[in-house]
Amino acid sequence: MRWRSFIPLALFAALAVALFVGLDLNPRIIPSALIGKPAPALDLPPLPGKEPGLVAARLRDGEPTLVNVWASWCGPCRIEHPQLMALAEDEIIRMIGINYKDRQANALRFLAQLGDPYEAVGVDATGRTSIDWGVYGVPETFILDGAGRILLKHVGPIREEDLEEKILPAIAAAKRGTEP
Amino acid sequence: MLPEIGNFALVLALVLAIVQSSLPMIGAQLGNRQMMAVAEPAAFGQFLFVAIAFALLTHAFIVSDFSVLTVVANSHSAKPMLYKISGVWGNHEGSLVLWVLILTLFGAAVALFGRNLPASLRARVLSVQAMIAAGFLLFMLLTSNPFLRVIPPPPDGNGLNPLLQDPGLAFHPPFLYLGYVGFSMAFSFAVAALIEGRVDPAWARWVRPWTLAAWCFLTIGIAMGSWWAYYELGWGGWWFWDPVENASFMPWLLGTALLHSAIVVEKRDALKSWTLLLAILTFSLSLLGTFIVRSGVLTSVHAFATDPTRGVFILALLVVAIGGSLALFAIRAPALKGGGLFSPISREAALVLNNWLLATACATVLLGTLYPLFMDALSGGEDKVTVGPPFYNATFVPLMIPLLVAMSIGPLLAWKRGDLPGVLQRLKFAAILSALIGLATLYLSWGGPVLAAFGIALGAWLILGPVTDAVERTKLFRAPLSQSWARARGLPRASWGAMVAHAGMGVVVLGITGSTAWTEEKITVMRQGETVTVGGYDYRFEGAEQIAGPNYSAIRGHFRASREGRDIATLSPEARSYPTPPMETTEAAIHPRLSGDLFAVIGERQADGGWAARLYFRPFLSWIWAGCILMTLGGIVSLTDRRHRVGAPRRAAQKPGTQKPGARQTAPAA
Amino acid sequence: MTRKRRRLYLVVGAMALLGVAAALVLTAIRDTLVFFYSPMELAEKDIPPGKNFRLGGLVAEGSVEKLPDGLTTRFVITDLSAEVPVLYRDLLPDLFREGQGVVAEGALNPEGVFMARQVLAKHDENYMPPEVAEALKKSGQWQGAAETE
Repeated sequence: MRWRSFIPLALFAALAVALFVGLDLNPRIIPSALIGKPAPALDLPPLPGKEPGLVAARLRDGEPTLVNVWASWCGPCRIEHPQLMALAEDEIIRMIGINYKDRQANALRFLAQLGDPYEAVGVDATGRTSIDWGVYGVPETFILDGAGRILLKHVGPIREEDLEEKILPAIAAAKRGTEP
Repeated sequence: MLPEIGNFALVLALVLAIVQSSLPMIGAQLGNRQMMAVAEPAAFGQFLFVAIAFALLTHAFIVSDFSVLTVVANSHSAKPMLYKISGVWGNHEGSLVLWVLILTLFGAAVALFGRNLPASLRARVLSVQAMIAAGFLLFMLLTSNPFLRVIPPPPDGNGLNPLLQDPGLAFHPPFLYLGYVGFSMAFSFAVAALIEGRVDPAWARWVRPWTLAAWCFLTIGIAMGSWWAYYELGWGGWWFWDPVENASFMPWLLGTALLHSAIVVEKRDALKSWTLLLAILTFSLSLLGTFIVRSGVLTSVHAFATDPTRGVFILALLVVAIGGSLALFAIRAPALKGGGLFSPISREAALVLNNWLLATACATVLLGTLYPLFMDALSGGEDKVTVGPPFYNATFVPLMIPLLVAMSIGPLLAWKRGDLPGVLQRLKFAAILSALIGLATLYLSWGGPVLAAFGIALGAWLILGPVTDAVERTKLFRAPLSQSWARARGLPRASWGAMVAHAGMGVVVLGITGSTAWTEEKITVMRQGETVTVGGYDYRFEGAEQIAGPNYSAIRGHFRASREGRDIATLSPEARSYPTPPMETTEAAIHPRLSGDLFAVIGERQADGGWAARLYFRPFLSWIWAGCILMTLGGIVSLTDRRHRVGAPRRAAQKPGTQKPGARQTAPAA
Repeated sequence: MTRKRRRLYLVVGAMALLGVAAALVLTAIRDTLVFFYSPMELAEKDIPPGKNFRLGGLVAEGSVEKLPDGLTTRFVITDLSAEVPVLYRDLLPDLFREGQGVVAEGALNPEGVFMARQVLAKHDENYMPPEVAEALKKSGQWQGAAETE
């Protein structure tokens, strides 16, 4: 009855396949319904010392914009910050920030310490505006074309490879005024 | 600089682990003593380097070195010291370091205490142990390095999830890991025995103490986790059949089975391949638990931040470790020679029944845990389902009942061929008393759930069975007290341990039954000075205040509890809010009594000035924890038995008088 | 007692036990499975009142209101395509907020109001119940997963 000793192995093999399928099923990249649509309203007070705040009209003035949602208490935001700084140094695109559910003193200290890539920062203390934008966690980044339409949404920190593969092509598309 | 040293130490440990997993194994195959001798120093070295890495990571947390990403992400300078330290393992990366630290600790322990093991067995055991360590060190260094730097360092960290800032949870993971990883010893011994092609009573005597120690740790670990859920989540429940809880409970169930089947191998030289399979499966379930918690395959309230690449890596590890060992089992197990025969009514048969029931119960838990995943996979993500407590009540519980009934009978049966009527005759008194207790419960709680009376009777039976056994074996009440005392001291510690552990299970059953059947709960709005009665206790609301904790602010309510005008306690539950990361938690106030727990939670303030409150009375709840402590104590008492003493297995085997009557003398095969 | 006899006993015993366990599982799983629906799916399917299920989505903005007893909360769960009114008589979880993800377990009453027995809010700033994410995705309203690591 040799075959009987193979039963545990066979059962485990079936289980491993199921687990692998399960891993794959886990939804990670989810298409955004906002892609190609005008960005939602944006009317936020400024961080003290960083006037002016944000108004939606500015997003439709013909110049592409990068909108980054961040907070000083968020670890991954620190990871992506060097990439944002690099973008700002090269002056590739206008960058604005939405400071999500944060304390203003901490937010200012974060920028003083790590550098400030943003032309303007709006304070979303309640998180309400971010909900309109469909933000579920920080950081998240949007690329808007000159007409204020969302071309790309990036969830999670921008890693160096994301910069090359996703962000820069989307910025180029925004400047050309085409779909990425 | 220090974090780099930590990183380097981990790399060195990995190199040693790779050396230790290959050379001694080859040496054992070739009969080369020098190659086998590499295993010991390598095991010590591995432990040393991982300990250095762990110490350096702990140091980084204590001094709040925010140049280390793990510290930034999980600590905060304003956090109390206890939670700075527990923060080390309160996250994915750090908990892995702790996992590997314990793994190498066990490896070093084999190297240290295993000097009288046969050289080839020791070399192979250490080699298998090092393979596991190498897998986990690779995983750590490639996907979850704890020493990654952030430059420039941020001014302060994110803080540890406030739910995890709790003394119960601070020490829950170390115990859990000591249990999980402790089963790696049984696994390594099983794989080594399969390679050697030999399993004998000496092998079982080696495996049992490690398994028993791991089982004790796991019991405590699970109890602590459950205790945490009970008072921290504020729902008054203590077990939710949540995937992460199941992940720790399944190895416990199989580990319990392994503990018992190893006895049969040791005493009767039977059930060998089954015991090997159990040893492999117990550790496999520990690994599977790691997979479930960290891969995001199943989500739950306890899950660490999940990441799919880690999931793929862990799955690969699982396939190599579990698949490899099961393949080895499939090929080698049929060659193992069967041992002593036994009749269907015997101690062996009772232990086989125990094993079957535990293994089947474990399978139902596994099925319930993974079923949502299967449904998801089969329906292509269309059907999202949850398997909740009703499923386990309908499957797991019915399987446990025969096990619990048999638990008081089995230990009284003789080896080889037992006398069931005789045993039942001896247990007559215990059975009658248990039935009377059940009937009395039914009478006192008339109109309540009938099953509760059965549960209480079952609990009583579980306690009275071992008590009967102890009374008989010490001839208490039949011989002079001094003689009984001498007999009690003469009984093997392992027997005492088993009795205490079995009775502990009875205490747990009483606690579960009482708290499930007769809990009283009230959710209400209370104004200052109002009184509400729950479970016979009067709760007077004395008001609520705003307070400031070390790293949070909170609303604290005060309830004065009294019974028939007599003051019992003041309960002060809190609703806390933490600024970093922004989060709110509920701190229930609990006053445990022998007869039950008083439990209060404060909610929101109402527009009219009242406060929402949830008040419970949970009868016998603390008996659950007391029972778990008793079970662990039983395990510890059993561990102190001279036959289990690590390093002295041979001597004990020859000691007469510790063998049960009817047991064949089974000297280890030379 | 021969070796063969013993093996027979073992096999028959094990099979019997497995049979009992399988029967228990099969009967239990049909009655105890709890399905998850989004408000849109609920509108499409015809779910009888009293059947237990989980409902997930966002707590609609401006919908949360306390009834006069001070304990019962009335709110609306939405996936931005359909809405379901919910009644819940218990303390709300710490992280229950308008506009946030929520999963409630309970059943519909004959009037089509979801009577929740348990409400789970999302657990921290970076966590979204996966079923909610899935449901929002299906309704075409999802704009991203909370992935921060």
